[in-house]
Amino acid sequence: MEAASVPQPQAPPGRRAVEFIGAQILWILLGGFFLVLLVQDPVRTLNNVVDGLSIGSIWALIALGYTLVYGIIELINFAHGEVFMIGSFVSVSLYATFGITEDTGIVALILGLTVVLAISMLASGSLNVMIERVAYRPLRNAPKLAPLITAIGMSFILQNVGLLWRPSPDSPPDLIRSQKQVLDLGGVTFVRSDLFAWAVTIPLLIALLWFVGQTKYGKAMRATAQDPDAARLMGINVDRTIGLTFLLGGLLAGAAGLIYALYNGTVQFNQGFTAGLIAFTAAVMGGIGNLKGAVVGGLIIGIIQQTVESRVTDGSAWAPVAVFAILVLVMVFRPQGLFGEETREG
Amino acid sequence: MSTTREEQEHPGGTTSAAMTGARFAPVQRALDRISGLMPMWAWVVFWLVFATLYGLYGDAWFSDSLYESVIQTLAYVMMALGLNIVVGFAGLLDLGYVAFFAIGAFVSGWLMSSFFDTKNVHIVVSDITQSLPGIHVNFFFVIFIAAAFTAMWGAILGAPTLRLRGDYLAIVTLAFGEIVPRVFEFSSDLGLDVSNGRQGITPVDKPWAPIPGLDNITRVDITPFYFIALAMLLGVLFVNVRLRDSRLGRAWIAVREDEVAAAAMGVHLVRVKLWAYAIGASIGGFAGVFLGVFQNTINVDQFEFGFSVFILCMIILGGMGNIAGVILGAVALSMINRFLLPQLDTVPEKFGLDFDVTAISFGIFGFLLLVMMVLRPEGFIPNRRRKLELHEDAFDDALIEVKSP
Repeated sequence: MEAASVPQPQAPPGRRAVEFIGAQILWILLGGFFLVLLVQDPVRTLNNVVDGLSIGSIWALIALGYTLVYGIIELINFAHGEVFMIGSFVSVSLYATFGITEDTGIVALILGLTVVLAISMLASGSLNVMIERVAYRPLRNAPKLAPLITAIGMSFILQNVGLLWRPSPDSPPDLIRSQKQVLDLGGVTFVRSDLFAWAVTIPLLIALLWFVGQTKYGKAMRATAQDPDAARLMGINVDRTIGLTFLLGGLLAGAAGLIYALYNGTVQFNQGFTAGLIAFTAAVMGGIGNLKGAVVGGLIIGIIQQTVESRVTDGSAWAPVAVFAILVLVMVFRPQGLFGEETREG
Repeated sequence: MSTTREEQEHPGGTTSAAMTGARFAPVQRALDRISGLMPMWAWVVFWLVFATLYGLYGDAWFSDSLYESVIQTLAYVMMALGLNIVVGFAGLLDLGYVAFFAIGAFVSGWLMSSFFDTKNVHIVVSDITQSLPGIHVNFFFVIFIAAAFTAMWGAILGAPTLRLRGDYLAIVTLAFGEIVPRVFEFSSDLGLDVSNGRQGITPVDKPWAPIPGLDNITRVDITPFYFIALAMLLGVLFVNVRLRDSRLGRAWIAVREDEVAAAAMGVHLVRVKLWAYAIGASIGGFAGVFLGVFQNTINVDQFEFGFSVFILCMIILGGMGNIAGVILGAVALSMINRFLLPQLDTVPEKFGLDFDVTAISFGIFGFLLLVMMVLRPEGFIPNRRRKLELHEDAFDDALIEVKSP
């Protein structure tokens, strides 16, 4: 934090405790609420946690796209949810092209899924790069609101592209037998779709952290995030680095799209809007610009969403409300995110 | 006028912003020439006479569906003017304006229908309405009740966002815009049903007043609706113009241009911003009542994010902060939406494509937003100050040129 280097007068211990509670109130409330639920009905709560971790890993992948882009050019890429939706659509269309059906053998299936994953990731990635070129780059020096408005415009355009592509909800073949139970730990069940979500997400997350943290390109990204002008002076091609950031975000969104299609069983042209907002909440919760924070935020949001869905009447309608309410609370009371650090990239 | 002025001041303006200014120079000159034909008051009289004549004879001269679209347009213009206070004057990007439309419309649903049929309240209503169960309050009271109620909600929803700036503010307002309609829709889960779920509240009472012309309004002859909307619009317009030139209006502009400097000059940020939210919201509620009554149904399906963007698009198209521009943008967009797009339905077929133009109307608006923001962010009829703010980069370059000739 900026003020950390300035020596601050020490407040009396009582006041410090109050301030600490004030700063951590969201943590305390969330944790306390969760503990109550856990004691009340442990099996159900843990099942929600399992479901939440798998849907949350999808949100985490999308949230990373928001957080990468925000970290580097301080722009909310509003069209990111739609990039995810297009990735989903691409993956669903490809199964028929490659002749992948529910009867495909296991080796061919894994191979096919990998190819489809690669193609839908590339499709989303290049779409995201194109969006940056068309909608954001011309406005790099304009006031902040201008690119936000073009982002909204872009999001509507893509949503309608999706509408023309698939006017009604569509289902991919149930390739992974998503509801087949794999493991049962005293009532806490793991189904195939949970494992599938983790199996795709975890390698990608590790690859991303490695890329941003260890490679030359990652270093260029971090440098650009810190100070674009200084980075340019150091010989970094800032425009290309920003393009690369959008590419990375898009790749992850494409992967999330593929997982979502198989996990959820249906795809729809307007899935991107809510998913985008939820993932954005996750990014804000983890401290926007903070990669690990976005992942943790995504998982927490997933758990909250599943808990609300399973415990409240009309849960699927109230879950987004709960998530949006958390978005408002975090943004208003803790804009630096739950981890309290204003970090960028890494 | 303003384009040439900018070019004179910055002769070397070769930046992209100045270039886009030049690209539109002929349009600008044409607009200036048209507006220079008559003095301001003459234009006002001209448009008033035109609006009155259209109201009296429009349905006979043109088509009925156009006439209905025009009434809807008047309500949209009101909303755009309301949002203009928040976005155009005070510079607070509000992406959840639909929440206030929803609240206003539901107030009309609660106070002007048989929805609460266990209650029996009748305040200045026609004899027929008198016999119906439920709460029935006269339309001309309800518009002001709703305006006050939404103003309160504008301040309540605005209060938490006061500390936020720019894009964070936009997202929080968007979240509110998503929360409010959902809370209405699923209110029965909370123990008090205020919306009838997805069915919505219908029918809604018609406006009524014990004077000729307003004492027997039917949904067959919609002329009275036109004049009620026109009168409401003139009221909103008056409020807008007076506010813009007031102390509060100047404070809004100061906050928009530089919050810190404004605070240093003694502008009370909290109060000024809350007033912007409250007044903007109250106009949204005011227009929302009219739309609810005119459409005769209040249904949560209407209150989606797209609507907020639709209204925002009007403001950006016309020119943020410029009242004439906002009206132009609102009329243009809502006529495109209500009238032009349905007429274009056969176009995709001619290209061998198979889809509804109306289905992708929001995609078209998105495209307009994008093109407008990239090419001419100040809108068609720009507000002078706002335009300079949006082209700040042009000034930076000009300064550099002065230093190193």
